[in-house]
Amino acid sequence: MNVTTRARILMRTAALGYLFILVLLPIALIVWRTFEHGIIAFFDSISTPAAISALNLSLLIVAIVVPLNVIFGVVTAIALVRGRFPGRGLIQGIVDLPFAVSPIVVGVSLILLWGVNGWFGGIENLGFKVIFGLPGMVLATIFVTLPFVVREVEPVLHEIGDDQEQAAATLGASKWQTFWRITLPAIRWGLTYGVVLTVARSLGEFGAVIMVSSGFPGVSQTLTLLVHARYIDDHNTFGAYSAATLLMGIAVIVLLLMTLLDRKRETSQ
Amino acid sequence: MTTTDAAVPRVGSALPAPGSGVPLKPPKARWLRITGTVGPLGIAVAVLWLSIIVLLPLAALTVASFDDGLSGFWDAVTAPVALASLRVTIFVSLVVAVINVVMGTLIAWILVRDEFPGKRIVNALIDLPFALPTIVASIVLLSLYGPESPIDIQLNATQPGLIVALAFVTLPFVVRSVQPVLIEADREVEEAAASLGADNWTTFRTIVLPALAPSVLSGAGLAFARAIGEYGSVVLIGGNIPRKTQMAPQYIQQQIEIDRPVNAAAVSVALLLISFATLLVLRLVAERSLRKQEQAP
Repeated sequence: MNVTTRARILMRTAALGYLFILVLLPIALIVWRTFEHGIIAFFDSISTPAAISALNLSLLIVAIVVPLNVIFGVVTAIALVRGRFPGRGLIQGIVDLPFAVSPIVVGVSLILLWGVNGWFGGIENLGFKVIFGLPGMVLATIFVTLPFVVREVEPVLHEIGDDQEQAAATLGASKWQTFWRITLPAIRWGLTYGVVLTVARSLGEFGAVIMVSSGFPGVSQTLTLLVHARYIDDHNTFGAYSAATLLMGIAVIVLLLMTLLDRKRETSQ
Repeated sequence: MTTTDAAVPRVGSALPAPGSGVPLKPPKARWLRITGTVGPLGIAVAVLWLSIIVLLPLAALTVASFDDGLSGFWDAVTAPVALASLRVTIFVSLVVAVINVVMGTLIAWILVRDEFPGKRIVNALIDLPFALPTIVASIVLLSLYGPESPIDIQLNATQPGLIVALAFVTLPFVVRSVQPVLIEADREVEEAAASLGADNWTTFRTIVLPALAPSVLSGAGLAFARAIGEYGSVVLIGGNIPRKTQMAPQYIQQQIEIDRPVNAAAVSVALLLISFATLLVLRLVAERSLRKQEQAP
């Protein structure tokens, strides 16, 4: 197609104008609003006790969710790629399920399973609070991040095949030795990519977590809940903007990491 | 970790050969046969993990939605406010999908076929809505289109507000699914059409569009599926006005707050069914276009 110069400029303007109005302008405005009182005000706003404990809680959830997702995600990926068993297609579908479920529905499901009147409500009587406690928030975050590690590791496992693993086994390597020396090094970039996605989503999850959190400042408020509470409950718009800017900073770092890892994977292949 | 549970029995293997020294395993029922290099332990761990995290909660949800029987489920879903929230959700998500079809394809087009300074930055910008927490998206859009709008456009608590928020979070879907297809597209065919006298519109309609259609459709479908479940980005800008801007996820959240778990579960199941149906249609379309490609000479 030979698009005339006029048409090309028209299309370019329309596309870039759309992106400018929808994405760039709002983000620029919020960064401006955050720093218009100077950088000191921004730091004061994100270092209040409530903000620090929100950051700590978010990081704690990440610290619990990431190792669990790595261990069980890698096991699941290996089982799906190397195993031939009845119901494998079904398992594949279940792994993708979290992408199709609304965060709010995740929260409701967890309440109906783990809540006081839920199937496992008996646990609460033993003094172990799942819903409105840390375990609920962790379960919600694992639900929404479950596909990432599995889906990033799976294609790599497919591609490398199991020749080297078989060879190592024939040469007398134990299962652990083969895993640490052959499989893990091969999947490391895919795994890292999955972990980056998991971290980003864990820090940013809002809908599923707000359903199962009691939302008390300083106790059960994550960073995203802090943004919401500051805007809605405290009418502290500036505080909400600065917490949002902090989260945006993390998101930009994640994007840079992803671009870097993409290049790394391409060169290593 | 059961990575290399090779079929060959070997020294140090955690799987003892069945019977001592008997090389053949006892025959098992056919449906239980597990082959490949992963042992039953690895598969069991994977299944258990998925069940506890994903399946059991969704099973509890489904059972709870029928706590008052089939008629209870039906009443909960067809309650006027519930039905209105589902209607608003589907309408707004369809509009967003259409916007994405047009603007997403256009953006993909200029990213592949056009050259301009700063193209790589624009390309990186596309992923930002995925990386950004949804509540931040909400705050970001409110700063421009909310009560303190510097340009005096107030979309707060209106359906256009919902559409803007959803267009923001679903921006990457169509762009990222069309982009690779455009890169792979054979430009010689287009040039041949042009040299045979076809004008731009004819070339676009008969050559470019059919090639792009499956990827545009799949991107739009994913955007739609994402939009109907979205909560974080619309919770602040939407205003949560029943029958007007209340979307199904907000209605569900409200029902939990006023302690009506059966209503919440029933509408949740309805929402799940809609997104499953969408994804199923997408898969069927993808399979059909794949078959077509294979049949093509």
